[in-house]
Amino acid sequence: MIRGAIRFIDERTGSAPLLRKALRYAFPDHWSFLFGEIALYSFVILVGTGVFLTLFFEPSLARTTYDGVYDPLRGTEVSLAYDSALRLSFDVNAGLLMRQTHHWAALVFVASIAVHLMRVFFTGAFRKPRDINYYIGLTMLTLALIEGFAGYSLLDDLLSGMGLAIAYATTLSIPLIGGDVGFLIWGDQFPGADDFISRLFIVHVLILPVIIGGLIAVHLALIALPHHSQFRGQGATERNVVGTPMWPGYALRSVGLLFATAGVLFLLGGLVQVNPIWQWGPYEIYDGTNGAQPDWYMGWLIGALRIMPPIEPTLFGYTIFPNPFFGGLLVPTLVFGFLFSWPHIERRVTGDRAAHNLLDRPRDNPWRTAIGVALFTFVTLIFLAGAADRIFVSFGIDYETQVWIFRVAVFVLPALAYLLTKRICEELRDTDWHPLRGPPGAAVRRTSGGGFQRVSVARAGRSRGRSGAPRE
Amino acid sequence: MRPAENGTLALLAFAAGAAVFFIVAYALEWSTQVLGLAIGGALLAIAAALIVAGKQVAPGEKVKEERPRLADRAEERELEREIERGGEGVSRRGVLLGGAAAAGTALGGALVLPAASLGPKPADRIGYSPWRRGTRVVDEEDAQLSPADVKVGTFVSGFPEGADKRELGSPVILVRLRAEDLDLPADRSDWDADGVLAFSKICTHAGCTINLYRYPLFPAQSPGPALVCPCHYSTFDPATGGNRIFGPAGRALPQLPLGLDDAGRLIASDEFSGPIGPSWWGVRK
Amino acid sequence: MAPRARRWLLAALAALCGAGAVLGFAGASSGQINIGGGPSQPGGAADTGKVPPADPEQVERGRRLFLEGCSSCHGLDARGIEGTAPSLRGAGAAAADFYLSTGRMPLDKPGDEPIRSTPRYPQDEIDAIVAYVGSFGGPPVPNVRPERGDISEGFEAFTEHCAGCHQAVAKGGVVTGAFAPDLGEASPTQVSEAVRVGPYIMPLFGHEQIDDRTLDSIARYVELTKDPVDEGGWGIGNIGPVPEGMIAWLLALAALLLVARLIGERGRE
Repeated sequence: MIRGAIRFIDERTGSAPLLRKALRYAFPDHWSFLFGEIALYSFVILVGTGVFLTLFFEPSLARTTYDGVYDPLRGTEVSLAYDSALRLSFDVNAGLLMRQTHHWAALVFVASIAVHLMRVFFTGAFRKPRDINYYIGLTMLTLALIEGFAGYSLLDDLLSGMGLAIAYATTLSIPLIGGDVGFLIWGDQFPGADDFISRLFIVHVLILPVIIGGLIAVHLALIALPHHSQFRGQGATERNVVGTPMWPGYALRSVGLLFATAGVLFLLGGLVQVNPIWQWGPYEIYDGTNGAQPDWYMGWLIGALRIMPPIEPTLFGYTIFPNPFFGGLLVPTLVFGFLFSWPHIERRVTGDRAAHNLLDRPRDNPWRTAIGVALFTFVTLIFLAGAADRIFVSFGIDYETQVWIFRVAVFVLPALAYLLTKRICEELRDTDWHPLRGPPGAAVRRTSGGGFQRVSVARAGRSRGRSGAPRE
Repeated sequence: MRPAENGTLALLAFAAGAAVFFIVAYALEWSTQVLGLAIGGALLAIAAALIVAGKQVAPGEKVKEERPRLADRAEERELEREIERGGEGVSRRGVLLGGAAAAGTALGGALVLPAASLGPKPADRIGYSPWRRGTRVVDEEDAQLSPADVKVGTFVSGFPEGADKRELGSPVILVRLRAEDLDLPADRSDWDADGVLAFSKICTHAGCTINLYRYPLFPAQSPGPALVCPCHYSTFDPATGGNRIFGPAGRALPQLPLGLDDAGRLIASDEFSGPIGPSWWGVRK
Repeated sequence: MAPRARRWLLAALAALCGAGAVLGFAGASSGQINIGGGPSQPGGAADTGKVPPADPEQVERGRRLFLEGCSSCHGLDARGIEGTAPSLRGAGAAAADFYLSTGRMPLDKPGDEPIRSTPRYPQDEIDAIVAYVGSFGGPPVPNVRPERGDISEGFEAFTEHCAGCHQAVAKGGVVTGAFAPDLGEASPTQVSEAVRVGPYIMPLFGHEQIDDRTLDSIARYVELTKDPVDEGGWGIGNIGPVPEGMIAWLLALAALLLVARLIGERGRE
């Protein structure tokens, strides 16, 4: 049967040699190399469940009166978009399962990209020849943030409507052209023209997914061509690839990860509630709710907006920087700008312009790791600042006090994190301890006289270059 | 048979059963929780089967192979020569390339420009509000409001009669302060109607609705009256005309001067004190 | 098939049948037509705010309790002490009942924000003090009937008047300088008392703004928020994206990272 299939394909495409090579393709298979796949498979789930959702959702702001099964909303005037989302949740068989799985997939998609980015950063995988792929990855992260925000804003519920207002204000805060860009996107003063939701719908289901899908294809190609990077050990060198072959080992495990991702997401989609739009109610320009939060990956922006002092500099009657500019635009631009320029910065500072296929362990490059941890600390702090109201309600720390604590912490803690991390990396590197398991064991040999003799473990000579990476 | 193979088989059987269970649950319209558990269970079981198979059933082996050569300088030079060959015999290469660049740039700009059709110019719309001198203040059911409807200590939402309630500039929040608590600037001394004040309900920070009102039952031991926004907690003082007293907002909350019509009911006696909604480049012009 | 393999297979099928049976009972939908409400009950005339005649013995008992536990701040004659505590003359039975039954009063220190705690007095003593304070006039304890309210009117009214501070499903939140509490423990009577009195920094709402019928509806909605319709499963607190994000990271991603650890190789050295 397999022979028949092979013959069928090869007679028409002549691809037997290519397929043979593909099956023997070696994958370095450290477990941290699988994070990107988790993101990829989350995207697959997003597209699959998303197609289902598009067949039920009505992207229209036209008004209707809800008369479905959810009593607290019966008789309330809502938009068709909100109404169709309610019907999908309560009336369509498996509708809520698909909606929630889709939403969980989006949350996990961005989370797994973040973890993948951290792996790439801390192991130096962004260096030549993978720098272009690193930029593509960061671009996809940016697009994923916008895509997710657009997705949950389609439903016209109170929570996401408040988020759109803030997005409008942030757009308006662009110096000089903010008003023009805002009107371009919304078509009018907020809440915008009647076709705003239908345009947002097209962005979310067509434009961004096509771009992200295309970038994923390029991203995978740019991994496959130079082959995946690898850690040292087991005979790995700059010139070879040591790993598991595609077939059967890697293919089985990778597809297993696909099913595991799908399984976890569908399990959550059925068992744990997410975005219960019927509890928030429909969006109206004159309504609001306390405790309104964006989805987790936007939390750093609400944090930055909340702790920013009320600075709004003006000049000759012009407002140079409306306040939301600082938290909503400047902070993310600085963070992403830093990430985008990092390969260049590292090349300039260390003078290392060579191609690298061998990865660093985080401890092998204390300076880079410390800077990465400092940036991570900063971003985590503004995330926490975004949840300060919940911290107050749960733990009783006064909100106004928290604002001041965070204002100081975002400067002090990253600096401390840098110093601490650098020290720890240098210690680990010098003593060769494992962060969790402790000192490496010594090999011993029993002598014929009954005693034990320590067998010295040969180690490659470690000279510390400017980058801190051991030279081969 | 090795235990791992048995395990794989058991997992696949479980997955098949769970998938069938999902079909049954769907047909009988059981709850979202049961559906999720069934399909999630099936998928996880298959995942486990694949992983067990991949790690223990299939031959575990390592391969070592050469990386493809990147940066083969000889090949690169050949490629360069191939490209150059295409331009053999062209006399004014530089000028032609310049012409192509100009044409390309102009065309690129032309193709992108229709995106501007997406939206109108902001012009007057950006800070627009439908309130005018004499506009009656009505509630959500279009009944006109009087000062008696706004007691001290409460807050009421108001709208301009005849306008779209869903315009950014429409909703106002009405509060009443005791005369001794008012501290309006001199040029706004007659902006209240019997102590009733009106402010734009849209926060000047990021456009959220201000629907939190803080009013002390016992002023000596509580913070004073304030309008608060739930998004980033910008706090405005109605007594002084909407000045910001906490939070990131850069502008005061626009105040709507109130008056009374012949029937003693609330009307706007003029337009807002400033543009409503979040700030932009020209907001203070 | 070898006996061991057969045993594995049977075990798997048995587990599946067992799980299926349990879930079948638990998950079968009862064919609900309405979710989250149901029609409101017809009822008699709404409470018109009439004060029931006070029993003089009650009032006297209340006065004695008042002198013992409240007069140090509120004054011997309940006229208040300037800068410390307000006069209770005209505050009404509604205010007294609210503060005492939610344990907000007595307050340890005059400047503290009154928060819900275990009531200091047993119910009969509360009733006595309420009678005493109510004897000076002011809003009576409202006669609220949630079952007479309309749930969708309640949701709309709550969103308009209350959600800004108390959050859309009454989980509470920050107000600059104070906080608006979660209403999970508030009885319908306490909810209506708070609406009429406006305790601490909460605004108050009179009959012209929120009539008794709407108050019934709001109270009915607050009752719903104590057990919201969590059609999607575990509600994780019904406070929105913060716990949702925590689940995504600490449950979903953590599980998948564990799977990755299982699949992949560990460090080489």
